[in-house]
Amino acid sequence: MAARVTFDQDRCKGCELCTSVCPRHIVVIDTKTTNRKGYHPAAILDLSQCIACGSCAKICPDSIITVERL
Amino acid sequence: MAIVYQKSKALTDKELHYCPGCSHGIIHKLVAEVLEELSFIDAAIGICPVGCSVFAYDYFACDMLEAAHGRAPAVATGVKRVHPQSPVFTYQGDGDLASIGMGEIIHAAIRGEKITTIFVNNAIYGMTGGQMAPTTLIGQKTTTSPLGRDPSHCGGPAHMAELLAAVEGAAYVERVAVYDIPRLNQAKRAIKTAFEMQMQGAGFTFVEVLSSCPTNWGKTPLEAAEWVREQMVPVFPLGVTRDIRKEAAK
Repeated sequence: MAARVTFDQDRCKGCELCTSVCPRHIVVIDTKTTNRKGYHPAAILDLSQCIACGSCAKICPDSIITVERL
Repeated sequence: MAIVYQKSKALTDKELHYCPGCSHGIIHKLVAEVLEELSFIDAAIGICPVGCSVFAYDYFACDMLEAAHGRAPAVATGVKRVHPQSPVFTYQGDGDLASIGMGEIIHAAIRGEKITTIFVNNAIYGMTGGQMAPTTLIGQKTTTSPLGRDPSHCGGPAHMAELLAAVEGAAYVERVAVYDIPRLNQAKRAIKTAFEMQMQGAGFTFVEVLSSCPTNWGKTPLEAAEWVREQMVPVFPLGVTRDIRKEAAK
């Protein structure tokens, strides 16, 4: 299933809640990046594995994730 | 192309000031999604508390008011009586609602005020630096109970959902959590039911949401979510404690 997941990484606080609810375990914290708040933001490892369930976006306290089914 | 999830229109673009992983952001979203789904964004009036969520008036796109500490239900009473057609809600933490505002919330329920209260219970005072709250668990360490809450002189945690369920004017009372997706979905259903019953004129509606406070608990957001499930849920059982629709059907 084709999906598009957009992270507004500059608003991410790196809380990791999104990584805990992903059924495919493809949402991770990108430790190579530091955003303007000083946190390592969340990112998707392999988008082709995404089933567009929206769980990561639902639990994100800062509403930075948008999930689309293509 | 179909949008599976995007930020609710009932939230403003303002960045939340909450700590990483704080449940306030999740609960704000659920309230916002319900306001959007019920087409209440233009009509709704929310009352903010004093506490971590004091700036909620910047985050919700509907009309918002700020009340003195604990007095949100009293302000909501006035607002609802002047605007009976508007959905009116209060958003309060445990320090605001269960401590200084205990009198206001109980009397709002006793009067059967047609308002919805979202009660965020994280078992600690957040904004002031992690002091013991009325909802702190027995044995829980806080800055004012460094050896753990001692019931011999501090009593036990206040069970607001059970307390308000005993009040005749209360129409709907449920306790929910947001530590995983199934619980989060149930929390949203509860908030939606509360708003719907308010607008049907059923009476006072109340949703207690078990929340985490990673910063003051000294845990990571993931550990804090686990602590809600393991420690808080056994003390504060989830579920509906009062629903007058079911009682009427008996």
